[in-house]
Amino acid sequence: MNAANYLYVSALLFTIGAIGVVVRRNAIVVFMCVELMLNAANLAFVTFARINGNLDGQVMAFFTMVVAACEVVVGLAIIVTIYRSRRSASVDDASLLKR
Amino acid sequence: MTSNYLVYLIALPLLGSALLLFAGRKADKWGHLLGTAMSGGAFVIGLYEFSQMLGRSTEQRAVTQKLFSWISVGSFQVDAGLMLDQLSICFVLLITGVGTLIHIYSIAYMSHDLDRRRFFAYLNLFIAAMLLLVLGDSYLNLYVGWEGVGLASYLLIGFWNQKPTYATAAKKAFVANRVGDMGLSLAIMIAFATLGTVSFAGVKEQASQASTGALTAIGIMLLVAATGKSAQFPLQAWLGDAMAGPTPVSALIHAATMVTAGVYLITRSNFIFDAAPTAQLCVAIIGAITLLFGAIIGTAKDDIKKALAASTMSQIGYMVLGAGLGPAGYAFAIMHLLTHGFFKAGMFLGAGSVMHGMDDEVNMRRYGGLSKFMPITFATFGLGYLAIIGVPPFAGFYSKDKIIEVAFNAGGIKGITLGCAALLGAAITAFYMTRVVILTFAGSKRWDDKAHPHESPVLMWLPMALLAIGSVASGFIFTRGNSLKNWLAPVVEQSPVHEGELLKPEVVSVLALVLVLLGVGLAVVKYLRKEIPLVAPTNVSIFTRIARRDLLQDDFNEAVFMKTGQKLTKALVVTDKSIIDGAVRGVAKLVQGSGSALRTTQTGFVRSYAMWILIGAIGLVAAIWVVTL
Amino acid sequence: MINLAIEVGKTTTPEAVMFWFLAPLAIVAALGMLLSKKAVHSAILLAWVMITLAIFYIAQDALFLGIVQVVVYTGAVMMLFLFILMLVGVDSADSLKETIPGLRPIAITAAVGFGGLMVSLLGRATLGSDMVGLTDANAAGNVPALAQLLFSTYVWPFEVVSALLITAALGAMVLAHNHRLVARPTQRELSIKRFRGESLGSAAGLPNPGVYALHNAVDVPALLPDGTASEASVSAMLKARGDVIDSKPFQLIELANEEGEK
Repeated sequence: MNAANYLYVSALLFTIGAIGVVVRRNAIVVFMCVELMLNAANLAFVTFARINGNLDGQVMAFFTMVVAACEVVVGLAIIVTIYRSRRSASVDDASLLKR
Repeated sequence: MTSNYLVYLIALPLLGSALLLFAGRKADKWGHLLGTAMSGGAFVIGLYEFSQMLGRSTEQRAVTQKLFSWISVGSFQVDAGLMLDQLSICFVLLITGVGTLIHIYSIAYMSHDLDRRRFFAYLNLFIAAMLLLVLGDSYLNLYVGWEGVGLASYLLIGFWNQKPTYATAAKKAFVANRVGDMGLSLAIMIAFATLGTVSFAGVKEQASQASTGALTAIGIMLLVAATGKSAQFPLQAWLGDAMAGPTPVSALIHAATMVTAGVYLITRSNFIFDAAPTAQLCVAIIGAITLLFGAIIGTAKDDIKKALAASTMSQIGYMVLGAGLGPAGYAFAIMHLLTHGFFKAGMFLGAGSVMHGMDDEVNMRRYGGLSKFMPITFATFGLGYLAIIGVPPFAGFYSKDKIIEVAFNAGGIKGITLGCAALLGAAITAFYMTRVVILTFAGSKRWDDKAHPHESPVLMWLPMALLAIGSVASGFIFTRGNSLKNWLAPVVEQSPVHEGELLKPEVVSVLALVLVLLGVGLAVVKYLRKEIPLVAPTNVSIFTRIARRDLLQDDFNEAVFMKTGQKLTKALVVTDKSIIDGAVRGVAKLVQGSGSALRTTQTGFVRSYAMWILIGAIGLVAAIWVVTL
Repeated sequence: MINLAIEVGKTTTPEAVMFWFLAPLAIVAALGMLLSKKAVHSAILLAWVMITLAIFYIAQDALFLGIVQVVVYTGAVMMLFLFILMLVGVDSADSLKETIPGLRPIAITAAVGFGGLMVSLLGRATLGSDMVGLTDANAAGNVPALAQLLFSTYVWPFEVVSALLITAALGAMVLAHNHRLVARPTQRELSIKRFRGESLGSAAGLPNPGVYALHNAVDVPALLPDGTASEASVSAMLKARGDVIDSKPFQLIELANEEGEK
């Protein structure tokens, strides 16, 4: 089987995640979509590692996971803080910077 | 030879000025005495230097004093140095002597003025600056004094600056002087560029090797400077208005000393003018034009001070004419300068005395018959009058006749033209000075009953009397055995005397006397025999009207320079607003407009920003797609 | 399952079977996550996608990452997501109607264009056909080989990432921390408040619920000496829920009779 198939899956997942980030309004779902995009990138890393025959790609994927974990922790904390003060998790409500 | 006392000549009045200005109201009680003492002290030092100079042989007479190294830039070396030679000492004695007398006069004249202390501070400042002007050993040092006297003149003309017209007069004098000053600075720059030095000695040394063109340029620029400071044509318009200053100022600055600085400059630069005949001719022509110009204005003025100012302009025209006649005329120009310093200062003080007695009235049509009430003033003024019109043996006779004679003997059409102009000027001088004397002292009284003419106090008439003595005797002293001419010989180049080439001295004297008598007679017929109207008649000829308007000098300046300048300024304002500001505002509007246009993309919605990021990512991928195609 | 995945990965055909079975499911799950109205459904579907990815990792000789994927993502991260969802409101359903005009068509067009470009790029690249494989690199085992790399070549990024983790933990604590607006009242202040209040009626504490020993449950108001029920003796929450029982039936009969006689 051609390993490039994984890459196609990765590209599709990434695209779906990107659409979700732009289209969905619930901040938590937006975050999930970001996670999906990160995972798609990880899949590409792992596949590249296999294609090239060294483990650097896997190390990169490992670092990505760590950074994603950090991001989730801080991001969810921000969502909770915003929800606490605005009673809403919609990203459209926090649009005070316009004008 | 060096002397260590020269600096005190300048330092004393400068110190007096500084003390009076910084001491404030505390010095009001004794300020005038300090000022007079400082001026007198400078006069004493001048007399001491003069006596020392007399005791030395001709070659040893000039003394110098180096104060400090002033400017030292590469090859441009200028020392702040002073030089006292035979020419300078004449001026030093005139400035400090007449200056001290006028200080004494001012004590009484300004006694009712609240700002008398400030007046004396300015007078001392003037004395210091004028001494620096004549003592500087280089053009640059002279320039400092030149600007200093300009400043003092400005401050003193506008001394009563609470009157807007007086403040305007001060401004006018300052602006006209700036034009001349520009000439002097250009002359200094050309001298440095072509000769590599600005000291008198250095320029004199280099002048023989320099090109005639460069020397002519320097000479013309020096002439421009002289016309500005000495109120010569075409920069003469400020002098009449300068009479706004207190009368002692008119006597000291605008008659005896500062306005003669131009003559000093030309005489001091004799080595340049002698090597540049064109520039020298220009000097003579300017002098001739101005002496007639001033004389004609003098015939039409009813204001006694303005009549005397016009006379000053005319007399300085004589001096400039003399200086423009080259080696033959320098000594006579200086001689006329000195004698004029006595008699014109005396007459101005007399005019001040009359004003003092007539409640500051200056219109001669409201005087008349004052000789009975002010005998001393009349006597001193009369002696000055006899001197200025050139009646022997008074001072003016010797100096003016010599200039006329030298002019006639300058050779060719030039000589005849200049000589005739000078001779005609003498006749007109006689006419208008007689007119002044008749309108003021003779005839019937024309003043109101409110005025109580009285003789001035001793502090005022004493300086007038001393100056009158000078008016009587100075000419005789200076010409006796050609004393002044020989005295100045080491400074100004001497040339073979042209005496008697065209006209003999006796012939000139007789001609001049006849014309003077004609002028006097005409004035007597016109003003003594007829009733003088209180208001100047208006149904007069066009020539009289033009003369009353100062020969249209102000109209000319306004039409040619002021209006053009205003139009230029307005055009510049329009240019500034439309083009320069327009460009700036255009850029601002462009930025503003593009900002407002771009602002609509800023919705504040995070998702729209995310979409922009997505579009950017597409751009990147598309770029890779295209590159790897 | 892990062993199965390893077995499948070793041979080409089984891997293909696994891939063609799981990959479409993963795509469908991702689309479902995108389209579902309820965030909880999205989270469950995302968890499924992540587990699929973990299998893919293991199939591609990345055993360690596959395990970590399950532990960190489906375990920790997704649990965190669900936890926050509970906090925010698990029942809330999002409206999928677009509120920013024109955003959705542009976004979908852009994303489809992006995906198309990516797929086109991958198709043009000569990847996978000359695959090296990780058999050599994983000779000493996947975890020791990764550790070898992490603690030699990548030791500096590794340390930086540890600092990042600590910073993130601290940041989350700071963000989640709730500042008191006023100081907590002390016992003394509470006591003063009680005795200086509107009345001394409650100074000794609110009455306990229940009627003598007959019915001491919290949903029965206490009876005051005059026979009326005390509102203050039962929880306001119970009242709001309508769970309060009338206390009349539990009155002592003698007292009731005495009252009736009077």
